Amino acid sequence: MSQLLIVASKEFKDGFRNRWIIAITLIYAIFSLGLAYFGSAASGTVGFTSLETTIISLASLAVILIPLIALMLAYNTFVGEYEQGTMLLLLTYPISRTVLLLGKFLGQAVIMLVSAILGFGVAAMAIIINGEVDTTQALTAFSWFIVSASLLGWIFIALAYVISLSVKEKSQAAGLALVVWFFFVLVYDLGLLALLVVENGAISTQFLSSLLFFNPTDVFRLINYQVINASEYSGVLQLAQGNGNNLFSLLMVMSGWIIIPLAISSIIFKKREV
Amino acid sequence: MSQPIVELCAVDKSYGSNQVLKNMSFSLKAGEVLGLFGHNGAGKSTMMKLILGLIEPDAGSVVALGHTPTDMGSQTYRRQFGYLPENVSFYDQLSGLDVLSYFAKLKGYRTKEVKRLLNDVGLTESAKRAVKTYSKGMRQRLGLAQALLGEPKLLLLDEPTVGLDPVATEDFYHMVDRLKDQGCAVILCSHVLPGVESHIDRAMIIKKGKQVTLGTLKELRHFAELPVEIKVRGVQVSTLPSALMNYVQISTKSNDPSVCFYVAQQEKLSVLRQLTQLPDIQDLDIRQPSLSDLYSYFQSEEAQTVTTEAQTQSVPLASRVEVTV
Repeated sequence: MSQLLIVASKEFKDGFRNRWIIAITLIYAIFSLGLAYFGSAASGTVGFTSLETTIISLASLAVILIPLIALMLAYNTFVGEYEQGTMLLLLTYPISRTVLLLGKFLGQAVIMLVSAILGFGVAAMAIIINGEVDTTQALTAFSWFIVSASLLGWIFIALAYVISLSVKEKSQAAGLALVVWFFFVLVYDLGLLALLVVENGAISTQFLSSLLFFNPTDVFRLINYQVINASEYSGVLQLAQGNGNNLFSLLMVMSGWIIIPLAISSIIFKKREV
Repeated sequence: MSQPIVELCAVDKSYGSNQVLKNMSFSLKAGEVLGLFGHNGAGKSTMMKLILGLIEPDAGSVVALGHTPTDMGSQTYRRQFGYLPENVSFYDQLSGLDVLSYFAKLKGYRTKEVKRLLNDVGLTESAKRAVKTYSKGMRQRLGLAQALLGEPKLLLLDEPTVGLDPVATEDFYHMVDRLKDQGCAVILCSHVLPGVESHIDRAMIIKKGKQVTLGTLKELRHFAELPVEIKVRGVQVSTLPSALMNYVQISTKSNDPSVCFYVAQQEKLSVLRQLTQLPDIQDLDIRQPSLSDLYSYFQSEEAQTVTTEAQTQSVPLASRVEVTV
């Protein structure tokens, strides 16, 4: 247990030293404050519109940004240590590969969590202090947003580990990370939309909406739509509108998206020769 | 008899179709220093990885400090050895102190130990600087400090003196001697042969994954039957008695006024007697075959047959070596 924390605290400190935490926090704070107050500028009004609009546009931007940040933070975690030679030394130390992997995950997960709390917390505080919304409602919505955003980040850290342990060079890992990002953020939903157009009612909506679970970015948005009780679901998410997916099951799906890639990483790690 | 610290028994290891180690056996006792020599790719690092438990042998067994290194329960074993990899590298953005503290914590040792070790390797003043500002020698010293964490019972050192200046090299060997006196067993791989000989108890020379020879320097000299070099100044080759002429080898360096005699170990004394009676002799130097000479000999093609022959009859010959060397 203590070794898990030793590795985790090193990863966390690295994140602090490399300015990751400050950079992610700033990005989150700027885009959440920006969306809250200038999100409706296109329609000619400036200023806070509503909690629903804010959370929904935040979620739409977060699904693009958070996976990218998490992949960038984590793609190098293992392949980097293999490349610079420190992995050889680490593996001769009295620490199992599973603990090493979980320790690194814990450290980077805390980086994502702390940045989300600070960055999105700032926007939540600004909205609440200005008295533009019901405090309880805003706190609930933002708490869920922070939790789900962190989960989304952790999922992409876990996916980055699979990449980082499967390749021999950093540059390959970076390329693959980009492919993974592109797939989940753009390709998957476009594919689903195309399927909707083509099938023309032949496939059950039940089945189609369950396909959303295979894209963690969709699950993330569903959680936030659910929490805010959104009146209108956007794009492919309409498939799930009124399906009554409860938050708990959505959170379970997110957890599965963390556990399975971590388990795969652990297996690859154990088999990989130094 | 104490338990051997490391014991390899008929170990084979291949990577794909490439056999890296063939039928490798040896054992190492507490307080013994074994020098491991071979060309690049001879299997030195693979042997270390087997002892470290990073890879498993295809056949044969590896036992170190009473554990099978690859066993899941070998975590206690891992606290008891130190390892310095070839071309050691660290987290460049961290300071030397942070790097060593991290490794110490993973091994379960305290910060006090870290400061002492940094002092031992002469890095106290640069402890707070980032490792990326370190010279090659400083990195190597940090690597040594890392290997020495927690007074190990077994040290595996892969090219430990690369990048060290002569003073640091000397300090390093003193450290090895001290650890040896405390009962630490050491396996030392090196390409830099001069300087190593006085600090190792036995040498093993490997070639293409096979053990070519293993023994004390005295034994190796005997197996190799390399001649002793006697360098004499003041004599003219033309005036030498014919009995001595057979041993002369004309120096290729024409400006060197001395004459070199290459004499078999057994004939050394008789030749020396004759040489000292030469009227013009001014000076005389005797040089035993060095580790480098032995290394080149054993790496050369003819060594194969000679060694096996010598090893099969090593008992009677070894007693003769005692007299001649």
